[in-house]
Amino acid sequence: MAGTIKPRDAKELRQAVEWALNESQTLDVRGQGSKLALGKPMMCDQVLDLSSISGIVDYAPEELVVTLRAGTPMREVEALLAQRNQMLAFEPPDLGPLLDQEAGQGTLVGAVMGNLAGPRRVSAGAARDHLLGFSGVNGRGEAFKSGGKVMKNVTGYDLSKLLAGSWGTLAVLDEVSVKVLPAPDQTRTLLLLGLPDEAAVKAMCAAMGSPHDVSGAAHVDGRTALRLEGVAPSVEARLKGLRHLLADAGATMEELGTLESRTFWRDVRDVAPLAGTQDAIIWKISCPPTKGPGIVAGIKAQRPSAKAFYDWSGGLIWLALPASADADHSIVRGALGSMGGHATLIRAAANVRAGVSVFHPQPTALAALASRVKESFDPKGLFNPGRMG
Amino acid sequence: MPPLDPAILARRSEIVAALRAIVPGEGVIDDLDGMRPYECDALSAYRQMPLVVVLPETVAQVSAILRYCQDNKVKVVPRGAGTSLSGGSMPVGDAILLGLGKFNRVLEIDYPNRSARVQPGVTNLGISKAVEHEGFYYAPDPSSQIACSIGGNVAENSGGVHCLKYGLTTNNLLGIEMVLMTGEVVRLGGKHLDSEGYDLMGLMTGSEGLLGVVTEVTVRLLRKPSTARAVLLGFPTESGAADCVAAVIASGIIPGGMEMMDKDAVKCAEAYVGAGYPMDAEGLLIVELDGPSIEVDYLVDRVAEIARERGATTVRVSRDEQERVLFWAGRKAAFPAVGQITPDYMCLDGSVPRGRLVEVLAEMRQMSKKHGLRVVNVFHAGDGNLHPLILFDANDPDELRRAEEFGADILRLCVRVGGVLTGEHGVGIEKRDLMGEQFTEIDLDQQMRVKCAFDPDHLLNPGKVFPKLRRCAELGRLVVHQNKIPFPDIPRF
Repeated sequence: MAGTIKPRDAKELRQAVEWALNESQTLDVRGQGSKLALGKPMMCDQVLDLSSISGIVDYAPEELVVTLRAGTPMREVEALLAQRNQMLAFEPPDLGPLLDQEAGQGTLVGAVMGNLAGPRRVSAGAARDHLLGFSGVNGRGEAFKSGGKVMKNVTGYDLSKLLAGSWGTLAVLDEVSVKVLPAPDQTRTLLLLGLPDEAAVKAMCAAMGSPHDVSGAAHVDGRTALRLEGVAPSVEARLKGLRHLLADAGATMEELGTLESRTFWRDVRDVAPLAGTQDAIIWKISCPPTKGPGIVAGIKAQRPSAKAFYDWSGGLIWLALPASADADHSIVRGALGSMGGHATLIRAAANVRAGVSVFHPQPTALAALASRVKESFDPKGLFNPGRMG
Repeated sequence: MPPLDPAILARRSEIVAALRAIVPGEGVIDDLDGMRPYECDALSAYRQMPLVVVLPETVAQVSAILRYCQDNKVKVVPRGAGTSLSGGSMPVGDAILLGLGKFNRVLEIDYPNRSARVQPGVTNLGISKAVEHEGFYYAPDPSSQIACSIGGNVAENSGGVHCLKYGLTTNNLLGIEMVLMTGEVVRLGGKHLDSEGYDLMGLMTGSEGLLGVVTEVTVRLLRKPSTARAVLLGFPTESGAADCVAAVIASGIIPGGMEMMDKDAVKCAEAYVGAGYPMDAEGLLIVELDGPSIEVDYLVDRVAEIARERGATTVRVSRDEQERVLFWAGRKAAFPAVGQITPDYMCLDGSVPRGRLVEVLAEMRQMSKKHGLRVVNVFHAGDGNLHPLILFDANDPDELRRAEEFGADILRLCVRVGGVLTGEHGVGIEKRDLMGEQFTEIDLDQQMRVKCAFDPDHLLNPGKVFPKLRRCAELGRLVVHQNKIPFPDIPRF
C-alpha cells in the first residue's frame, strides 16, 4: 500500500520531490483524485496529494486573470468567478458522474492537466488556450516557472501548452494563472428536431460558419442544438438569423431559454446522455467535424448497439459500447482510419485499460520525440509513470 | 553571437556542393550579391551574411538538408519572410540560411470544417485573401500581415490588434507538419481539435525556429463579423484613457480591438495621414466592436457611456466603413509616422497587467528624462501589450547606447510590475540578454532541456533566445544524493 505525502506549500512540495528522486520513489500526483479512473492504471510508490496547497492567490476581474494554488477545488474557483459575472470560457466538464464518482469534485489544475474542454471549445478554446503561466517542480526536484500573468506573452517557450494535457507526467504544479472571461448575460438554444446524423452535422457546420457567433453545436438523440450567448438584443437577432439560415434543413425548430439552455449544455458538457449506461465502455473521439457521422456509422456497422452523440459541431463523438475485454479498440480506431483524429478510452474497467492504449497511439518518430520531451522534465520517470500509455 | 567556427568556414565549398546535390538549380545561393537580401530581417540594425542560402521547394529537400546538417554538425537558420522585429531570422556567419519562401501554395480550403491547409511561405494576409470571397478570414493580424509568412507566425506566435478577442497564432492553429533536425517529418494535429499526447504544436508555436522547421500549417478559419465599428475616445489625461480600458473590460465587454496612443503619437499620426484625431487629447483610444450589427450598436453605446463617465472629451463613432478605416489608418501608420520626426526609433514590446498601465507610463516619462531621449507610446491597451518607441539617432554612438539602456530599463520595469519582456515580437537576439530579468537559471535550464529533446547539438537557429547556451550533455546530468536527503517534515499518511 502506497504512502501518502501531503505537502502544505511550494517549498514542501519541492522537498518532497527531491526526496522521491533520491529514494527512487515514483509518485501518483493528484489533487482530489477525481480523474483517477481516467488514463492507464498506475502502480506508484507514493501518493503525492496536492489538496493542502490550495487557495486563490490573486483575482482581479478587470485583468481577466485568476491566480490560484494547484489544489484549489474547481467548485471554489467557479463560485468566485460567478460572483463577478465571469467564467472559465473553456467550460471544463465535470466527468465525476460518468466515472462513477460524485459530481462537483476535482480541481481546476486537474482539468488543465487533462486539457479538458466543454461545448464552448469550438469558439473559445480548450484549457490549453487559457493557461497563462505556472510554477511547479520538475523531476529533478527543481522549482521553476514559465509563462506569466498577462494576456500576451511570447517570452521563452510556451511550456504552459505542454503542461496542459500532460496528465501530471511532466511536472508537479503548485500555482497557475488562468485567463477568465465575462459570462454571457443570456443563453438561448435553437433546436432542430429529427435530423439524421449527416444532415445534423451539415446544419451544425453551416451554423458554425455563419456570422451568428454560435458557441455550442451538439447533436443528441435526434435533437440538433445550437447555442447563442451574449446580450439580449444580439441573441434575439442571431436566433432569427440562424432560423433563416437553416430553414432549408427541413427540420422542426424549437427554442430553449436561458435556464433550460444551461441545463441542456451542462448535460452535454458532462456527457450526461451516456452517464446512465452502466458498465458500458466510453470512448471520446476527436475528428474533423464532417467525418463524425461516417466514423459512427463505421463503428455501428460492427457494434449495432453502440450509442453516440456529437458535440463540437460533429468533431467530438462521445461513444458508448457494450463492455468487452479489449474495449473494441481496433473497431473504434479502425473506423477512424485515415479520416484524421484520435480516440481516447475514457471509461473502462482497470484491467481493460491496462491492456489497451488509452490514449491514441502515435507514429514512431512522434512517440520518440514525446518521450525525449518527457525526459527533459522528468528524467527518472517519477511522475505518474505510464499514465499516458 | 557565438564565435564563428573556422572549421565550418573552411568547409564552405563542400557544404555548398552538398546542398546543390539536394536542391538543384538556383535554389542554392552562395554569391555575395545573391545573399545580400538575406543579411538581415526587420531588426535591420543587425546584419550578417550567412554561410550560404538554400531555398528548398519540397518537404523531402528540407528533410535532406536538415539531416545533412545534423550529420555534419552544420548550423541552420530558418527564415520565412524575414519580417521578425527581434532578429529571429537573422543569419549566422557559419550557418546555412534555410529560406521557405518557395513554399507558397494554399493546399486546401475546407469551409465546412472551417480550416485551410497552407504551405509555410504563404503570407498571413494571403490566407484571408484566399477565403474572403466566401466571407471567411484568418484572425491573427500582425501589422506586417501583407508580408509576413504563416510559417514565421507559427515560429513567433504572432499577435495583432485583434488578439484580445480572437487570440494569438497559437489559439488559431489546428495542425502543423514539421521536420526535425534528424530529417524526420512529424505531423501534429490536423483538422480535429486537441490531439492527445503532449501538445507539441503548442510548444512549437512561439519557439522562434529553435525546435524544428514547419513545412505545412492548418489554420482555423473564422466567418467575418457582419459589422465592425470603431469608436475614437480622447481623454485629457493618459490615466483617464487607461482607466477607461479597465472599465470597459470590467463591464464585461471584450472589444475586437482596443488601442491606445499618447499625445505625441497622435500628433505624428495626424500629421501623416489626417485621420481626424483630436489634437487636444493626452490619451487617445480606438475601440473596435464587431459582431451582429444590433450587438455592435448596443456595445458602442455602452463604451461611449463608460468613456464619458471617465471624462472623455472626444467621443466619435465611425459612421461608415470608410470612416472606420480612417480611424485605424492613423494607428496603423503610427510607426512610419513617428519615423518622420526622428532619424531612428527603437520599438519595444513589453506586456504588463492592465492595472499597472498608468504607473508604467508615468515611470517611462521619468526614464525619458533620465536618458535624455523621447519616447512615444502606441500600444495594444486591451491586452496590456506596450509598444514604446524610443527616438534616437543611430549615427550618434552615445544616443544609440542610451537608447539601448533606456529600452532595457523599460523592459525591466515591465517585468517588475508583473509583466513580461515580449508580448508578440519574440526574444530573438534583441531581448536575449534580458531573459535573466524574467527567468531564473533553473527556468532557463528547463527550457534548454526541452530544446535538447529536439536539437541535441544546438544546430537550429543558434544564438537566439537563450543568453547562455549550455551543452545538452551537461544539462542532462542528474545528481542523485542516494539516501543523503532525509524525508522532510511534511505530513504523511
